[in-house]
Amino acid sequence: MFPYDKYLRRDKFPHIWCTGCGCGIVLKALLRAIERSKIPKDDVAIVSGIGCSSRTPGYLDFNTLHTTHGRAIAFATGLKLAKRKLKVIVVTGDGDATAIGGNHFIHAARRNLDMTVIIYNNYIYGMTGGQVSPTTPAGKRSTTSPHGNVEPAFDISGLAIAAGAPFVARTTCYHAVQLDKYINKGIMKKGFSVVEVLTPCPTYYARPNRLGNAVEMLEWYKNNSIQIEVARNTSDEEKAGKITIGILHDSDRPEFCDVYSQLSARVREANKE
Amino acid sequence: MRMSNRENAKLMTGNEACAEAALFAGMRFFAGYPITPSTEIAEFLARRLPQVGGTFVQMEDEIASMAAIIGASLAGVKSMTATSGPGFSLMQENIGYATMTEVPCVVVNVQRGGPSTGLPTLPSQADVMQARWGTHGDHPVIAVAPSTVRETYDWTIRAFNLSERFRTPVILLLDEIVGHVSEKIVYPARGEIEQVERERTSRDPESYLPYENTDSDIPPFAEFGAGYRYHVTGLNHDETGFPTNDPKKVDILNRRINRKIERYRSEIIAYSESSLEDADICVVAYGSSARSAHRAVLDARRSGYKAGIFQPFVLWPFPHERLSLIAQRIKNFVVPEMNLGQIAHEVSCATNRNIVRVNRVDGGLITPDEILEEIKNVSIR
Repeated sequence: MFPYDKYLRRDKFPHIWCTGCGCGIVLKALLRAIERSKIPKDDVAIVSGIGCSSRTPGYLDFNTLHTTHGRAIAFATGLKLAKRKLKVIVVTGDGDATAIGGNHFIHAARRNLDMTVIIYNNYIYGMTGGQVSPTTPAGKRSTTSPHGNVEPAFDISGLAIAAGAPFVARTTCYHAVQLDKYINKGIMKKGFSVVEVLTPCPTYYARPNRLGNAVEMLEWYKNNSIQIEVARNTSDEEKAGKITIGILHDSDRPEFCDVYSQLSARVREANKE
Repeated sequence: MRMSNRENAKLMTGNEACAEAALFAGMRFFAGYPITPSTEIAEFLARRLPQVGGTFVQMEDEIASMAAIIGASLAGVKSMTATSGPGFSLMQENIGYATMTEVPCVVVNVQRGGPSTGLPTLPSQADVMQARWGTHGDHPVIAVAPSTVRETYDWTIRAFNLSERFRTPVILLLDEIVGHVSEKIVYPARGEIEQVERERTSRDPESYLPYENTDSDIPPFAEFGAGYRYHVTGLNHDETGFPTNDPKKVDILNRRINRKIERYRSEIIAYSESSLEDADICVVAYGSSARSAHRAVLDARRSGYKAGIFQPFVLWPFPHERLSLIAQRIKNFVVPEMNLGQIAHEVSCATNRNIVRVNRVDGGLITPDEILEEIKNVSIR
């Protein structure tokens, strides 16, 4: 049994999440990933915005910062730059990261500051009671798309890759073992790493769209996802409608703290002369 | 003596003085976004911060800038951002977050004409009330307004001191004139202005309460990454820092964060008075309008009018008590400001006297003659 208690603030339970919510699966995967990284608890900062996923830090025994809606990455940027020994992990949702916080997300990816962003993508605004989000699939119902969503959805991982993030992985709550591996790889990656995880919201997404309970949603992830290595050798017809999961992008690019340190050393040297 | 004076003197703008004073105060993290007429502060610090081991980062907008300085301050580093009206509007939510979470930081607003995009290159003093009430909810605020380059230097340092002392964001209200005017300044002598650091906790991590209800009302600080592993949230929270809906605990927090500024009013408030002893007219002026007011009072005296001047350096909290005392003797108050009467209203509340407002909202500086004319009119009445 994994020693979750080592990392939990047990006195803060019970948690606020609904029955069948995927947030707990991500939380546990995050803890397994941190354990594997061997980074001391004092050196880990978990930063979040607003939403269901953003309540994760409160339950975790690290330096934890629950900020304003959409701004977690911007707060994390200041924190990391001011104390570079910190391993900064942002936990955020699809609305928090790609609607109100979309600008911070793409610019952080471009800047390539060392941090890991875990995006819980449940296709819905859960905390406020089930409104349409930038990742709600077209046609799906929510309280603000009662006749079906008229807008197309964002591909979060695609957005991250296009904006320059050197490490981008996507998986689902069904693939819990894979999830902690990807989070760990993200943490160990020097630079801006993104792990998108599809998480079930049985209460506010499944119900209006008649997608069943949490178990059925997890089964849906299993049946409708395709590993990227497999997808490469699969015809377009066969993989139509399936979600590609896996490490979607892994490259190396100069990291912002390193670049700034070099600049600092250079100007200080020039100043001496 | 003369030689050392010359060495300590420099020609600079208010924006440069602000940036330089911030470095002197120990500021080592700046996040900002370009906006006229504040941009020179960012430019200066982009050049200087890496030279002194600090960090400058240009963020994607003012919301992010405000967020980043809060994050940096939580890591224990004195932090600042600088902006103007439109950017100041964008920062409001996170200014409230800094107030609620008691994170020290300094926000410079080099005011330009508004509303909206307004007059980017021209001055105003129309953000005085936004500085007070811009963010939502009941909250305290400290805002300061220097009128010269040297005052900008001094009050930037003091803004950091107040912020550190009271664990609250401090708004430094410059305006386009104060920011862009070039003047000779003589630096304060070593030790003339102290440098204050936030009180660090002496407790061990096990017994640390990040939002402890102490006798001082100001909870001691522990920086992120120093072994304390506590929680910070903009939600109403208890002494441990965790969210609560308990009416008793919510009430305690809301009242404490306001009280911690209110009860130290006399320590925070600062103003200057001149020629008020025998005056029957008091000009209340701040920021660049105070420069014209000083000249107007001088001219009035030369013409035989008994005018004096009261210049608040700290606008929030406002010096109601002192003005109320002055009003026991003086009946007439003239309040020049580059807005439609934001501080005049406060003066009226404090004094219950006749207030003559001298207002400009056309992007022009209020001239000494415009103030002098009102001094004369009041005297005739």
